Amino acid sequence: MKYSKKVIEHFTNPKNVGEIKNADGTGKVGNPVCGDIMWVYIKVGKRKTKKGEEEYIKDIKFQTMGCAAAIATSSMLTELAKGKTLKEAKKLSRKDIADALDGLPPIKMHCSNLAADALHKAIEDYEKKKKVRAKRRKDENQTNTNL
Amino acid sequence: MKTKKIYLDAAATTPVAREVLDAMLPYFSERFGNASSLHAFGREAREAIEKAREKVAGVINAKPEEIVFTSGGTEADNLAIEGLALAHPDKKHIITSAIEHPAVLETCKTLEKQGYDVSYIPVDSEGIVDLDRLEQEIRDETLLVSIMHINNEIGTIQPIKKIAKICQEHGIYFHTDAVQSFGKLKLDMKKIKVDLLSISAHKLFGPKGVGALYVRNGVKLKALLSGGGHEQGLRSGTENTAGIVGLGKASEIAVKKISGNEYKNIEKTRNKLLERLLEIQGVRLNGSKEKRIFNNINVSFQGIEGEALVLMLDKKGIACSTGSACSSHKLEPSHVLLALGLSELEAHGSLRLTLAYPLTEDEIEYVTSAIEESVRKLRRISPFK
Repeated sequence: MKYSKKVIEHFTNPKNVGEIKNADGTGKVGNPVCGDIMWVYIKVGKRKTKKGEEEYIKDIKFQTMGCAAAIATSSMLTELAKGKTLKEAKKLSRKDIADALDGLPPIKMHCSNLAADALHKAIEDYEKKKKVRAKRRKDENQTNTNL
Repeated sequence: MKTKKIYLDAAATTPVAREVLDAMLPYFSERFGNASSLHAFGREAREAIEKAREKVAGVINAKPEEIVFTSGGTEADNLAIEGLALAHPDKKHIITSAIEHPAVLETCKTLEKQGYDVSYIPVDSEGIVDLDRLEQEIRDETLLVSIMHINNEIGTIQPIKKIAKICQEHGIYFHTDAVQSFGKLKLDMKKIKVDLLSISAHKLFGPKGVGALYVRNGVKLKALLSGGGHEQGLRSGTENTAGIVGLGKASEIAVKKISGNEYKNIEKTRNKLLERLLEIQGVRLNGSKEKRIFNNINVSFQGIEGEALVLMLDKKGIACSTGSACSSHKLEPSHVLLALGLSELEAHGSLRLTLAYPLTEDEIEYVTSAIEESVRKLRRISPFK
């Protein structure tokens, strides 16, 4: 089994390693059978566009226990996702990450290529929390009016 | 800094020793004869093969005619188990252990598909086969017990003398995969009633592609290959003369090593390295401390994955493996470590170091700090510290 140069680069010097305290969204994926566990943290920012406002990934960090492919895909994901709008980030696929790394050994395509899933989960987590917050605000407003 | 190169994967393979290579070389071009030919060229090859057979037999105090040359350990295991089964179709139950090499486990699984019943005996937390369980599993239709002598991943030494005795008492055949122990531990076929024993050359500074099966006189096997009936009809195919000569020479050297100090010296330096590694935080030794082959270390580091560690150490010139080199093709954690009771994540964090030579103090120092540094680096990335 041979890894591409890019995989080895990202494995040796992974980018955006660590935890974001008070992250807006967290995505935890993994499979102990394969030995790969990935945690992705995101901070979501808002920026103005011509049409109004958009949400984007302002900061992203990861923590991974896994093989070289797992670490390299996590690192590459953070690079690809940083600065992307949530809509764009949701479209990032396993294949995009593998391609950006000049490919992965076939056996690693499934188990160790979980980074995209972790990001999608982190975004889902963010959106869920946002809904809960919005609902709470609405309920509070209602309570206030009723008083 | 110049990168050192330290080979710590002797359980995967060893280099061909200079003396072994020298012994082999003439049999490629000068003495190229087919050992089955009647002329001088053939006789020369035949003579070399028979001399090698004596040397191989000598390691385990067997008779030369009890040695059948094969293409390696895997073929020896296949011939032992499947060959015995084919020759005794009336008995359809086999007992083996949960921690065997794939060459044994997969052969058993093949037989299962053909209607055989196979019992996989569990091991304790040190990797020793449960003998009570083994005896309980024996039935009227039990044909064979196949338990390895030394485990390739954790180096645990199985009580094969006791197992042989149990088998003898019940009139059952006993096969042991001795690929990791042949030429390393003293084995005497006159004292231990093993019926079939698998041997490989390349774990013993011999060439790859050659091995042997010890078949006790009187044990009937059916050949797996059809052909010219070489090796007493058990292994057709023109003999690999150079390879066989290499196995013979490697055996001759190994006998001297068993009675000399080489293995004791390896053990001393292994103990020193192990002691240093066990000082690292979040580490555990896999397997037994006492019942262990002299050159094996197998440890798990909490919170990291073994393959990543192996790659990082490779960058520092240290060659070692996670679990076994064979399972690197799979992503599942080692079946051996799971059988010891490790969780999947613990099993994934394993590192196997197997010494081919005694290490120098400098090497022990270098390997220890390289592992320490790599573990620290990987833990920094990991969510589990």
